Amino acid sequence: MITLISKNKMAALLCGIVFLNLSLLAFAGEMKDAGTSAHENQIEIKDFAFNPKTLTVKSGEKVTWINRDEEPHTIVSVEKQFKKSTALDTDQEFTITAGAPGTYNYFCSVHPKMTGTIVVEK
Amino acid sequence: MSDYISHDHEHDGIDRRGFLQCMAWAGTGLLWTISGGVLASRTLAEIAKAGGSLPAATDLSFLQISDSHIGFSKEANKDVTETFKIALDRINAMPTPPAFLIHTGDITQLSKPEEFDTFDEVLKSCRTKDVFYVPGEHDVLNDGGKLYRDRYLKSVEAKGSGWYSFNKNGVHFIGLVNVLNLQAGGLGQLGDDQLEWLEDDVKGLGADTPIVVFAHIPLWAVYPQWGWGTSDSERALGYLKRFGSVTVLNGHIHQVLQKVEGNVTFHTAMSTAFPQPAPGTAPSPGPMKVPAEQLRSLLGLTNVQYKQGKSALAVVDSNLS
Repeated sequence: MITLISKNKMAALLCGIVFLNLSLLAFAGEMKDAGTSAHENQIEIKDFAFNPKTLTVKSGEKVTWINRDEEPHTIVSVEKQFKKSTALDTDQEFTITAGAPGTYNYFCSVHPKMTGTIVVEK
Repeated sequence: MSDYISHDHEHDGIDRRGFLQCMAWAGTGLLWTISGGVLASRTLAEIAKAGGSLPAATDLSFLQISDSHIGFSKEANKDVTETFKIALDRINAMPTPPAFLIHTGDITQLSKPEEFDTFDEVLKSCRTKDVFYVPGEHDVLNDGGKLYRDRYLKSVEAKGSGWYSFNKNGVHFIGLVNVLNLQAGGLGQLGDDQLEWLEDDVKGLGADTPIVVFAHIPLWAVYPQWGWGTSDSERALGYLKRFGSVTVLNGHIHQVLQKVEGNVTFHTAMSTAFPQPAPGTAPSPGPMKVPAEQLRSLLGLTNVQYKQGKSALAVVDSNLS
């Protein structure tokens, strides 16, 4: 069974905790990147589109979406392969860790014309 | 996209884009004229200036407000609560208050309880107390619409995810939900359960019953590239084909567009929060920034009048400037 671990960094109700959490994550991320080759798997949401539309990553890597629109967007797996994000407001992020190799199609459930694909390689 | 003049070759204060936009609006006016009697163009200000009440023979007058987006605070309109208040002031200033309001969705920007609270608080200033709602996608972001349904469907007998119908002055009103369970790559959607309910709901009605359908996303293919349409709206309209007068009121696109097809008049309302670009004129349908002095001319509300004996309803838009 394919699993992806998801974490919405901007859970609104837990602002204080999330803030702390974020700083820890950022810190941890920096430490990790310093020791290994950095992979910045970022998908920018702009003008109602995911850029890049298809992103290829290695299993275990993190993938982060960041919303640059003034509209809220979501990231929802078409086949429910990973936990969906809550609505991301401007500049909010959503991160998952890529699980088993495979093709993961996703879309924005608010604007379903917006679709994208994550290809996870071994 | 903005309404700033980017190419003013003739130094006449208008560029090609601006000219085409003007033409688009003029074209809308023309459509109103040729559809003779279906749509009338009178602003609320004109009605108020006439000094009296609305035409005496008007049996039912109601108002559509839409896309208030409470909580939005970006450049396109930093104070959407204020413009919503102005819209309510306009309603309160009408010589004859509308019988009720219809809100065609996107009450809030992010479905937050405090945004709904602000909306409810401001709405208290409205003299007209009966309000019928349908949700926009911004009202159902994280909970499938539960919070919305708990608050806004108390006065109706809602079914499924929140659709319902009611009768006023011999007019049959149908509020539909087309912002839930949207499919990847698709448009707005009504779904089988709601469509079956609709078929059954109108079954017993005489063909001379005027029908008003309201939903957030347009029930016609305004611009599918931007998701401005509803994938299964044709089926819904099929059930309404036999009726002599069908008026479809939508929001979502933050501008007035209309189309008359047989006995069906489609109409979209302005937002009270911010305008959006005309179909295909910008990279995306996001909020459109205009000079501050233009903003209120692109926000507004819609008055609808039904006169007994006349099958068509008069749909009248007015802006907030």
